[in-house]
Amino acid sequence: MTNEVTIRIGGESGEGTISGGDILALAAARWGYYVYTFRTFPAEILGGPCLFQVRISDHPVKSMGDFADVLICLNQEAYDRNISDLRHGGVLIYDPSDFTPDTGDYIPYAIPFNDLARKEVQLYQTKNMVMLGAISGLFGPPLEAITQVVESKLSKSRKSNPILMEKNMLALEIAKKYVTEKLSKHDPNHLGTVEKADRVVLNGNQAVVAGALAANCGFFAGYPITPASDIMEALAKELPQVGGTFLQAEDEIAALAAVVGASFGGVRAMTATSGPGFSLMTELIGYASMAEIPVVIVDAQRAGPSTGMPTKMEQSDLSFALNASHGDTPRMIVAPADVADCYSLMILAFNMAERYQMPVIVLSDQSLTARVESVERSAFKPMEIQERIKFSANGAATNGHMANGYGESLAAGAEEAEHNYARYAYTASGISPATIPGPGAFTYVATGLEHDEHGHPNYEPEDHTTMMEKRFRKLATAAEELPKPQRYGDEDATIGIIGWGSTEGAIQEAVDRARANGYRVALLQLKILSPLPDRAIRDFIRSVKTVIVPECNYSGQLANLLGAKYGLQAIRVNKFGGIPFTAGEILRAIEEVS
Amino acid sequence: MAQTTVTLTPKDYKSEVKPTWCPGCGDFGVLNAIYNSMANLKLPPDQTVVVSGIGCSSRLPHFVQTFGIHSLHGRALPMAQGLKMARPELTVVAVGGDGDLFSIGAGHLIHAALRNIDITVVVMDNETYGLTKGQTSPTSPTGHTTKSTPYGLLASQFNPIATALSLNVSFVARGFSSKPKDLAALIEQGVQHHGFSFIHVLSPCPTFYNTMDVWKTTVTPMPADHDTHNRFKALELSMEMEKPYVGLFYEEQRTTMDQAAHQLVQQAKEFDINKHMARYA
Repeated sequence: MTNEVTIRIGGESGEGTISGGDILALAAARWGYYVYTFRTFPAEILGGPCLFQVRISDHPVKSMGDFADVLICLNQEAYDRNISDLRHGGVLIYDPSDFTPDTGDYIPYAIPFNDLARKEVQLYQTKNMVMLGAISGLFGPPLEAITQVVESKLSKSRKSNPILMEKNMLALEIAKKYVTEKLSKHDPNHLGTVEKADRVVLNGNQAVVAGALAANCGFFAGYPITPASDIMEALAKELPQVGGTFLQAEDEIAALAAVVGASFGGVRAMTATSGPGFSLMTELIGYASMAEIPVVIVDAQRAGPSTGMPTKMEQSDLSFALNASHGDTPRMIVAPADVADCYSLMILAFNMAERYQMPVIVLSDQSLTARVESVERSAFKPMEIQERIKFSANGAATNGHMANGYGESLAAGAEEAEHNYARYAYTASGISPATIPGPGAFTYVATGLEHDEHGHPNYEPEDHTTMMEKRFRKLATAAEELPKPQRYGDEDATIGIIGWGSTEGAIQEAVDRARANGYRVALLQLKILSPLPDRAIRDFIRSVKTVIVPECNYSGQLANLLGAKYGLQAIRVNKFGGIPFTAGEILRAIEEVS
Repeated sequence: MAQTTVTLTPKDYKSEVKPTWCPGCGDFGVLNAIYNSMANLKLPPDQTVVVSGIGCSSRLPHFVQTFGIHSLHGRALPMAQGLKMARPELTVVAVGGDGDLFSIGAGHLIHAALRNIDITVVVMDNETYGLTKGQTSPTSPTGHTTKSTPYGLLASQFNPIATALSLNVSFVARGFSSKPKDLAALIEQGVQHHGFSFIHVLSPCPTFYNTMDVWKTTVTPMPADHDTHNRFKALELSMEMEKPYVGLFYEEQRTTMDQAAHQLVQQAKEFDINKHMARYA
């Protein structure tokens, strides 16, 4: 009896596979388990194969699991596609009216989902509830945990359709009764009772929204795009309730332009998009960098190029995010590794944008947007908010919390005329105190033209040189001030792994397993990709014999960057099928280099 | 400008940056009209933002002693709208040329019209691309020969007023740079109008396509009996391309998106992360 089980459900999009899986994950999490979900589905609304996997455990889970312990196939195609991912000796659940599986190294349970739904419940739509009832009966969680979630999820439709709700409950019970009475369970998978804990259950996009709101975001403009739309939808609802405003723009260019306008007005502002929309925003990234206007852009990466695979995961926008926009354009990039990061790094992104007056790109990805994790509630605490360093008419720079020592050189007597105000003053940090339109504020004109300290257009060689240096100096300042990446694993590791973004959990799990097998391994997961923490990376590279860089992209974008910046000849491990790494895949890479 | 209570004259809106325009450019007249209208309206410079795109006319914010955003080619309108949505108490004026607002930024015009966000746009139309030295623009007449249309322009001529009217823009007017007093009055009206105000200004380019002499003879005052609430009549007048009418074509009061959005926030409460997360417990 282990208190961990990974369940995969394969079916057809539109028949409740994903929603059934969501209910299962939520029920298990509320019952007290840790959950970690992975889903993949076609871009079309109806039809096409979809897959939901949930790993349920009594200890924190960091990845989706290498193999499924239980595979539920709702049709022949799901069986064909997924049977190779079933653990040896795992459980295959299927409906004999759909297909007949080959014999193999697994325990088959035949359950007539279709007949139970059609004949016993007499409502075929309840097929996913029949499935959940069977899961509950065979492995847990208890039916009450599931019914609670179903009730809360369906409370609206219950009012309009009480029969559907009754039928759902009936389906759960009939299926549970069926598996208890008609099947002889002979697999070890069972979820026992665990202690309830103070956790929240949410996905990456929901955490991004929470982070944006906690960061005092007051304006959002965006354009619908998979897999970022639900950030926009949630903020459309939430922002007015906290005094913010929202705009659905006509395209992504307008979205970021509106965000720049709002931020010029002193309001913390953001947009969220995916690769194709991010491509459209690039000219404005250069503008925001040049005019030194803070903006936060979430790029929920999906598989490219072009329209690519809108509902599939890839980490292939890193090179683009690093270079998007013409000219030499300083920008900052953060990459959350998990759901908790989606919250805390959003707040960090806003603080960075405001403090360094620069665009900040948040590189999430499709798998993280939809990944449901149970996270300790303590991960979602109010965090420190850093304000833009403001210039006030009496000559003092009203600095943010971290502003010690910056801006003093600008001090001007209250009587000094407004035209002395240098919006783009050269400072040691590169950060120039800004004014915000409002009573008493000194005016200036933001421009994408090269300009002098006062913001006036200026093309003199000395001016452009000094201004470029000033703008880039902010990156150097930030590199000093920002949090450093934490080493994970052995201090005396011979094998080092450098990763970024949502792969962290799978890599950490691989590191744990490798260490348990006697390997000396360490991980440096980069969460800030611009400015790079040079010293931490150099020290890490020096401390190991071999460096592996696993990435879900074709070209090895982080490996290229590390090669160019540090001369690192890394062992590249690339996966680019649209599905994230499993821990086992990383573990194999560790074993191969040893 | 730190003070907002003293009397402001047109001179007070003049910045220290000298205009970059060619002698005889219509945009000087527009700039003067803007100075005058701002002074007449006593717009506090610290709470006024002039937003532009790229082009000769889009240099204008640099010459005005208010806040300004000299943005990207075509993007004045979305930037101005974002600013106004976030800071509805500010006065936001967008300026630009025909290439900026009717070509690269034309898509934004449709949505600015639909949203009716309370900003004023002043389009300086010279029917050519001045900054890039005289290529054809959407408002160039069919057959117009330029370096980019050596065999004559093969496309139709864009009709800004008819387009604005068809999009149900809530304030539609046309001015002429050589009549800066009338233009200043229209800009004043436009700024005072609650909603998206569209002011099309004939502003000749003496260097690449000098339409000054033609417009001086063809520009026609709005018929005295024109009912500015009659959109169909306004549309009819707008079709007269050979004798462009100047004055107010149409105005209508209707809800602005910025007002509506700020109605929504009246009951707003401070964000509380613990409350927010309760839904995920």
